[in-house]
Amino acid sequence: MVNTGFSIGDLHFRNPVLTASGTFGYGAEFEDFLDISALGGIILKGTTLEPREGNPYPRMAETPSGMLNTVGLQNKGIDYFEQSIYPAVSLYDTNVIVNINGSYVEDYVALAERIDKLDKIAAVELNISCPNVKMGGMAFGTDLSSAREVTRAVRAVCSKKLIVKLSPNVTNIVDFARTAEEEGADAVSLINTLLGMAVDIKNMKPSLSTITGGLSGPAIKPVALRMVWQVARAVKIPVIGIGGIMTSDDAVEFLLAGASAIEVGTASFIDPSASVKIVKGIGDYLAAKGFSDISEIRGYINRNI
Amino acid sequence: MAKRVEDLTVTANRRLNREYFVLELSSAGPLPEMRPGQFAQVRVEGSSTTFLRRPVSIHDFDPVENKIKLLVQIVGKGTEALSGLKSGDLLNMVYPLGNSFSLPGRGEKALLAGGGCGIAPLLFLSRYLAANGFEPDILLGFRNKERILESGEYEKFGRVFLTTEDGSAGEKGFLTEHPVLLSGKYDIVYCCGPEPMMKAVASICKEQDIRCEVSLEQLMGCGIGACLCCVVDTVKGNLCTCTDGPVFNVNDLKW
Ligand SMILES: Cc1cc2nc3c(=O)[nH]c(=O)nc-3n(C[C@H](O)[C@H](O)[C@H](O)COP(=O)(O)OP(=O)(O)OC[C@H]3O[C@@H](n4cnc5c(N)ncnc54)[C@H](O)[C@@H]3O)c2cc1C
Ligand SMILES: Cc1cc2nc3c(=O)[nH]c(=O)nc-3n(C[C@H](O)[C@H](O)[C@H](O)COP(=O)(O)O)c2cc1C
Ligand code: FES
Repeated sequence: MVNTGFSIGDLHFRNPVLTASGTFGYGAEFEDFLDISALGGIILKGTTLEPREGNPYPRMAETPSGMLNTVGLQNKGIDYFEQSIYPAVSLYDTNVIVNINGSYVEDYVALAERIDKLDKIAAVELNISCPNVKMGGMAFGTDLSSAREVTRAVRAVCSKKLIVKLSPNVTNIVDFARTAEEEGADAVSLINTLLGMAVDIKNMKPSLSTITGGLSGPAIKPVALRMVWQVARAVKIPVIGIGGIMTSDDAVEFLLAGASAIEVGTASFIDPSASVKIVKGIGDYLAAKGFSDISEIRGYINRNI
Repeated sequence: MAKRVEDLTVTANRRLNREYFVLELSSAGPLPEMRPGQFAQVRVEGSSTTFLRRPVSIHDFDPVENKIKLLVQIVGKGTEALSGLKSGDLLNMVYPLGNSFSLPGRGEKALLAGGGCGIAPLLFLSRYLAANGFEPDILLGFRNKERILESGEYEKFGRVFLTTEDGSAGEKGFLTEHPVLLSGKYDIVYCCGPEPMMKAVASICKEQDIRCEVSLEQLMGCGIGACLCCVVDTVKGNLCTCTDGPVFNVNDLKW
């Protein structure tokens, strides 16, 4: 039997496949297609303190091998989350992680305090990289001192495992990963979407209501992989790779480049059961290569460099 | 009604005219239960520019023959690729998705109004209504005689009224000018077509205090309520067309 499990500190994951925030709803949307307990964990849709209606339609555009979105963190807020979503997600037999967002440091702190009280939530993913909100979001993730401040403030109130989700829309992502590590993050996840844009030539206007939006899907995989490789060499905490992972081969690339785990995002839109197929494929790869533990391939490419 | 991802087999691809074709699909096992108004997310293989699935209404579903039909209009790369499918090819679908049209109340009279490609979900709806003991009237609007789609199919399930913009068949003019629509004798109108047409039908229904349900076509990322890209602004806030719709009561829309 091949061991594909990994840990962030003392938090164990049965395999390295998580679902990326905003692409897997609250899990229930996928129950007809897969067994959630077959996943290492699920990361829920981005949550904010207050309810948010999100951005106007149109919120998406298809681009070659990818898509742009500008959902703008539509969600019903933490009160609703506690009352109506938490009871359902707490029944899942896997690690349930909440992705938190805010416009001010105080918002993040207030949210983290509330989540900290919810027993069945395994970890918090601190999203400082949403490109689709006017205030906060990516602003925190593209300025080093803001990133430091928000990570420090959340760390102070969060006793759960803290994963900081990094933005690729920076010159040197390694600096942000190091800052997160210095401020006590238990892991970093990367990348969030790349800022992009599309134009509707028929109607001669931007395709998205907010003009720019976040690019995801296979189109961003090479960029994500490069960043994960750079970050994994620079920090000691686990790195969770995200970006255009459609198949287990893609996932294995991230593991070989240094990721401890991966998140499946846009792939779930194309094949709702993609994540569980990736779980199986990673196991098959390890077995075929004759490894007995996933940790043996983490960062393997660095041996040959 | 559990949703599934499945490869269906193309049993026929019938070209109706330059722009439209009908795909007939079947599966080795029994097809799932479906309701009129629901749709499928269809995979278009083999091209980086058709990365996302394409939403297509269930045009017809015959549980006895275990067959589904899709009526597709060629508007771009994805639908163009689908038009090339041949008997025996596989088509991967996530389905059945979305809500469905409501049934009329006992003894109520229903009108189905569809224009262009919007007639797609109405064939299944007419079959369903007829099977449930209703006798729907069906009003179909096209640009001209050459563009009339499948009207013979609809005649199996109800009385069909045709309009063409140039008068080459049926009543001359727009669907929204047809006397049956203006007659006021219906309790519910089901409508699907271009948005301006649906809005016009909705306002006629509102004036006459007739219930009206429309099927919307928002751009979709996932089709299963996960991405929140397909929202429509309603009196209840932003709702997802793929899960709260595609069928909406017009009173809920901010039209
Ligand atoms: C719930 C639902 C049911 C639908 N049912 C049918 C159906 O039964 N038959 C049918 O032919 N079409 C149907 N459509 C529309 C169909 O999904 C689009 O025409 C198709 O996705 C276009 O793909 P393409 O690659 O050919 O075009 P693209 O190359 O992607 O785009 C070409 C043009 O089509 C427009 N378009 C793209 N996606 C949509 C969309 N979702 N809705 C409207 N316009 C779009 C684009 O704006 C563009 O102008 C439905 C859409 C929805 C949301
Ligand atoms: C529709 C959509 C919504 C998203 N919402 C969030 C979100 O709420 N919080 C977040 O941290 N990331 C969000 N993301 C980013 C993804 O979690 C992921 O980082 C990104 O899509 C890259 O991975 P992928 O290429 O596998 O999709 C969203 C992405 C998409 C496509
Ligand atoms: S298309 Fe993704 S939520 Fe409706």
